[in-house]
Amino acid sequence: MSIKTLTQLAGDLKNGRVSSEELTRDYLTKIDLSDHNAFISVNADSAITQAKEADKKRAKGADSPLLGLPIAQKDIFCIEGTRTTCGSKILSDFEAPYTASVVENMRSHGLVTLGKTNMDEFAMGSSNETSYFGGVKNPWGSSDENLVPGGSSGGSAAAVSAQLAPAATGTDTGGSIRQPAAFCNLTGLKPSYGRCSRYGMIAFASSLDQAGPMTHTAEDAALLLNTMAGFDQKDSTSLDVPAEDFTIMLEDSLSGLKIGLPKEYVSEGLDPEVAALVESAIKEYEKLGAQLVDVSLPNSALALPSYYVIAPAEASSNLSRFDGVRYGYRAEEYENLEELYLNSRTEGFGEEVKRRIMIGAYALSSGYYDAYYSKAQKLRRLISNDFDAAFKYCDVIMGPTTPSPAFAAGSRTDDPVSMYLNDIYTIPVNLAGLPAASIPAGFTQSGLPVGLHMITPYLREAKLLNIAHQYQLVTDWHMQSPSSLGGTT
Amino acid sequence: MFTWDKNWEVVIGLEVHTQLQTKSKIFSGSSIAYGAEPNTQASAVDIALPGVLPVMNLEAARLAVKFGLAIDAHINKRNVFARKNYFYPDLPKGYQISQMELPIVGLGALEIKTESGTKTIGITRAHLEEDAGKSLHENFHGQTGIDLNRAGTPLLEIVSEPDMRSPAEAVAYLRKLHSLVRYIEICDGNMQEGSFRCDANVSVRPVGQKEYGTRTELKNINSFRFVERAIEYEVERQIDMLEEGGEIVQETRLYDADKHETRSMRSKEEAHDYRYFPDPDLPPMVLEDSFIEEVRITLPELPDAKKARFETELGLNEADAQVLTADREIADYFESTADATSADTKTVANWMTGELFANLNKAELEISDSPISSAQLAKLLDRIADKTLSGNTGKKVFAALWDQEGEVDDIIDAKGLKQITDTGAIEAIVDDVIASCPDQVAQFKEGNEKVIGFLTGQVMQRSKGKANPQMANQMLREKLS
Repeated sequence: MSIKTLTQLAGDLKNGRVSSEELTRDYLTKIDLSDHNAFISVNADSAITQAKEADKKRAKGADSPLLGLPIAQKDIFCIEGTRTTCGSKILSDFEAPYTASVVENMRSHGLVTLGKTNMDEFAMGSSNETSYFGGVKNPWGSSDENLVPGGSSGGSAAAVSAQLAPAATGTDTGGSIRQPAAFCNLTGLKPSYGRCSRYGMIAFASSLDQAGPMTHTAEDAALLLNTMAGFDQKDSTSLDVPAEDFTIMLEDSLSGLKIGLPKEYVSEGLDPEVAALVESAIKEYEKLGAQLVDVSLPNSALALPSYYVIAPAEASSNLSRFDGVRYGYRAEEYENLEELYLNSRTEGFGEEVKRRIMIGAYALSSGYYDAYYSKAQKLRRLISNDFDAAFKYCDVIMGPTTPSPAFAAGSRTDDPVSMYLNDIYTIPVNLAGLPAASIPAGFTQSGLPVGLHMITPYLREAKLLNIAHQYQLVTDWHMQSPSSLGGTT
Repeated sequence: MFTWDKNWEVVIGLEVHTQLQTKSKIFSGSSIAYGAEPNTQASAVDIALPGVLPVMNLEAARLAVKFGLAIDAHINKRNVFARKNYFYPDLPKGYQISQMELPIVGLGALEIKTESGTKTIGITRAHLEEDAGKSLHENFHGQTGIDLNRAGTPLLEIVSEPDMRSPAEAVAYLRKLHSLVRYIEICDGNMQEGSFRCDANVSVRPVGQKEYGTRTELKNINSFRFVERAIEYEVERQIDMLEEGGEIVQETRLYDADKHETRSMRSKEEAHDYRYFPDPDLPPMVLEDSFIEEVRITLPELPDAKKARFETELGLNEADAQVLTADREIADYFESTADATSADTKTVANWMTGELFANLNKAELEISDSPISSAQLAKLLDRIADKTLSGNTGKKVFAALWDQEGEVDDIIDAKGLKQITDTGAIEAIVDDVIASCPDQVAQFKEGNEKVIGFLTGQVMQRSKGKANPQMANQMLREKLS
């Protein structure tokens, strides 16, 4: 089954080859037939209503680029009247009474929501295995081997990869868009911190969380980001910058582009096949006129320890509101207030979430704050300075998105640290608030996709997408679909 | 008056929570009006739905800066919100947004009057924070109701230095602060509704000792009287404890006004670890100089400056100036009366501190609820100044004004209180009195000065109080000399 990109489908809608309703029904049928467990909720009736509305608008002459395109939303975004679970038991019956700003923005551009995708519980995980609603099948796995799709936006990645939706939203706190994009052969973009409003996006780590598109192509990502981004008065960390058209630079030549290659990225844990594929992708860039520059990010080894203090610290506080008092899961048995809290949270949260709450509470506790939280913040500053220094010599930094391709379900669940190491390349970017993307860069011997990671300076998404798009014009990795869908690889 | 063994020195610091008079909450658009049906003023942000975010209400910052400028404090142009983490059902997020390391208002001071003169009380800091909701324990049959209307109401917590040395000083400071926040219109000061709440840190130490003693924190003291009594009780308790060889435990104690005692709420060991950290949802607040200057312009004349002006420019004595500037409404009432009348300021002051305050106190009314407006009082004092009324008939008109019987001139007409100042009319009455009181006339002529009072009284009586007493007196003297 050949891939249909958002751009192609937009053309089909515009030319009247298909209606939004037909397209939406088609995807709903595919979702219904799939066994990937990519969705937590499917809103068929609502999706069809939205599609019909889009068709009506088009008939009346409306013509916004993505009008009537059905997409999937990560189940971390509140959408009024739909269940919003964040992959957790504690919100398994929570119906949001309001809609996230990003979703509002997309709706105002005429996008249709097919459903809410599966995810690691509260976006804490790199394999989608911490979801209360069960793991997600990576479409690139085989009948013999069940591979994880990555996480936390694993449902979104699997949905787009399995063509259950032409595009999806994800959120990225330490790599949760880019790592699953790499594992599922997608283009995943984490915008600069503050580009997309966090209002209505359930918080994991407030200073790191950022929403972004997960698509087949960089062009699609640019179009989708156009509908997601924008200043929002309801989010004080949202960037008050003029609206930008992220497609504007797509066709620019890369001649003279300086690609920085950090020496720290060639590390012990890096799979040689991944290293080789990233290397040949970079060679492709040389053919496009780019020059290679050696750069250094000397503090990148400190990113993981810094992240695993800051993110859990913020999470421990952000997740305090899930207390069984006002909404969400409440334990059936309790004798007093303390037990109401204790039992509701013990039963409502999964292991990984509880682990991080405990790490975070510890790091913030009196007497340890300076040793952990303050120190982590200082490291964060150093890591950010490293990028500033490196970008004096290059326009983009490239490397692998992950140290290895998708791994087998269950293979790392007992070893949190090996799971955390998945995000070793992606985490520094969140700490520095920079935009970064993962794009398909080829396949391993056993046919698993590998992602090329690219980072640009703050607010240079348009350039980043240009760099990704030019590569996709001369390669077709991103247009490959998994053999489970009758693909070629 | 409260006294204690003077071998002990008392050390008191106060933490005062003032509810800021904004229209909406500090981090959401909900109204903060008091007394609405439970949970009708609680938005998605206030009840901490998943995904919601706080947005700073600049009006709260404006009022905080206004306070800082009024106490001549350092304003932290860059100040930071922090999360204070603890679980309680009326705290929807599981943390309170407050300020920890970088509060909006830094070091300042307030001057109070003590028995031995004036004293400066340091103010360590004042920081912005949000109020919690309320737990309702009545009418829920073993359950607890939660009302989140108050959750997110902006508070300015004003923390003093441990500079007060007696319960009386603590109350003087608290009253001064109460007057100031109302003066500058940042807080309505309503203690019953909880808009102005006080916690007291109390310790004692032997006179001459440098180190502070172990302190206890007294919570839940909601009136000036209770603040004084709670501290008095606590001072006695601590001194007794120490004199008996015991030790003070650092703890939070609750004041029970009915039993007049404090009792332990939680010890230091049981104290929460609030795990403060900067709130990542709110970037540091950066105040431009222009913002601060805009606020400075809105500052009214402050009580101390006003009092000085009332003394030097308006010629009031210190006691009157003190009373008439203690409250902004009183000062405004005084000034608008004085501006509108031809009577001198001293007369205005006397009528206010005398007749008006007596009536207000008796009726338990605030000056803002006075049935007599400043314009009416001014008119009344005009009629005394122009001799239409005497002091005594003036009081009759005052009483009628109080009872809302009409305007000053209408009352004078209706009651026929217009003073007789016509020489001919008074002369006729004087002649009549001289003729009918030969004994008293003789006594006066023999040199008994006092009798003139009796004779003047006779004139007043026969004129039904309307004759001008000075004129009557003078005319009697002329005729009898």
